[in-house]
Amino acid sequence: MKLTLRVWRQKNADAPGAMSTYEVDGISQDMSFLEMLDTLNEELILVGDDPVAFDHDCREGICGACSLVINGDAHGPERTTTCQLHMRSFQDGDTIDIEPWRASAFPVVKDLVVDRSAFDRIIQAGGYISAPTGTAPEAHATPVPKPDADFAFEHAECIGCGACVAACPNGSAMLFTSAKINHLNVLPQGAPERETRVLDMVGQMDSEGFGGCTLTGECATACPKGIPLPSISAMNKEWLRATRKVHR
Amino acid sequence: MTRTLWDSSVGKKTIMAVSGLIMLLYLVVHMIGNLKIFFGSGEFNHYAHWLRTMGEPFLHYEWALWIVRVVLVAAVVLHATSAYQLSRRDIKARPSKYVHKKPRASYATRTMRWGGIILALFIVWHILDLTTGTVHSGGFQSGHPYQNVIDTFSTWYGNTIYIVAMLALGLHVQHGFWSAAQTLGAGNATRDRALKTIANVLALVLTVGFISIPVAVMTGVVS
Ligand code: HEM
Ligand code: FES
Repeated sequence: MKLTLRVWRQKNADAPGAMSTYEVDGISQDMSFLEMLDTLNEELILVGDDPVAFDHDCREGICGACSLVINGDAHGPERTTTCQLHMRSFQDGDTIDIEPWRASAFPVVKDLVVDRSAFDRIIQAGGYISAPTGTAPEAHATPVPKPDADFAFEHAECIGCGACVAACPNGSAMLFTSAKINHLNVLPQGAPERETRVLDMVGQMDSEGFGGCTLTGECATACPKGIPLPSISAMNKEWLRATRKVHR
Repeated sequence: MTRTLWDSSVGKKTIMAVSGLIMLLYLVVHMIGNLKIFFGSGEFNHYAHWLRTMGEPFLHYEWALWIVRVVLVAAVVLHATSAYQLSRRDIKARPSKYVHKKPRASYATRTMRWGGIILALFIVWHILDLTTGTVHSGGFQSGHPYQNVIDTFSTWYGNTIYIVAMLALGLHVQHGFWSAAQTLGAGNATRDRALKTIANVLALVLTVGFISIPVAVMTGVVS
């Protein structure tokens, strides 16, 4: 395949950026999107150009490091991560626009790499449980009803990639935050911090400068793990419950 | 708790949802009342008078009406202030647009802000027209709402303003009712279809119900 790529290039956080156009040839349909970019970077390095910086780690769809807006879609046209997107989703001769996640809480570091540490700080605010260390407890000691276990697992699938923020017209982190809160709040292990978790994590989310939710549903459409939109409503319910119970 | 609500984006959205639902409830009642115009001036004017004597003898003349007005003004102010502040936050959170743009979200969802502004302007005009009579087209007579309504809908601009505003209202309610349910924590996968259906029905009934009156005056069904 021969492709025209229009890629966002930006030297550093303070420099202005712009789209640059590149041609790549000899792309196989079986390559992943990141392997296609590797091919471009090899060529750029050979001619002495600065390679395009982009985030990646596991390349198997589980770490949440890869992050590109491809033709206006976070992680491109399929419901998967960019590393698991294959070039067979494109046609020979296509022009592909590649941009970084856009949100003021995710400032661009270089080219397509953005700083997502705001997500880490939301997790630090309450995305954990208090558990005694030592040997693992007997698995059957704490019964979890099946529907609760399913609900927790559905939300535990979130890999924290930030596609929800990138897709949201308000740069909102509600889907991410709701996935993390719902995952722990429904389980008995998460019960001791049930109220403080939701209040603190939502508070941190607000202070990081993410936008609010206007229920456009873009986040859930973009999510490579299929975290559903009603997760946000479930978090709102937890938040309202905690506001009634906890007096600060 | 009030501070927590006002300081959090989730809390402010809750205030929007509750104030929106209060206005929505009022609109349903208001629309049903308005439809009495189809039963003639006697019944319509009698109903308008009852709005003032409602609650007597426990309440004094017009007290109930004033309570409703105060609640509605509070709802409009809270709703519009939260809308403004949340919109400011949202726009700030996404300062740079994507080069590759895609049309997304439904029309109703994308027009919440402009639709809200149209509704705010309409509310002001509507009160100056049919409550105070300040911008009324005919000779405004308080106590004779039937004639006042006919006069308003006998002008092209009266009809245009009203119909545009009611279309905006339908769109606003379609996304707003469902959104409010999500904000208040009532949304889940199994209930989603039911909530969307209620939102669509409410939006349609309100729009058709309200618009039927200018249409009836224009076509001479009500005169
Ligand atoms: C003063 C005029 C108004 C303005 C400026 C306004 C503006 C807005 C805005 C900007 C939103 C948020 C949209 C979003 O989150 O996507 C909204 C939501 C809403 N509006 Fe209004 N609106 C107005 C009047 C009304 C009226 C008359 C009603 C009554 C039916 C109403 C009912 C709602 C509801 C139920 C919501 C959903 C709240 C939520 O998302 O939880 N609004 N409005
Ligand atoms: S690189 Fe790990 S999810 Fe894509």
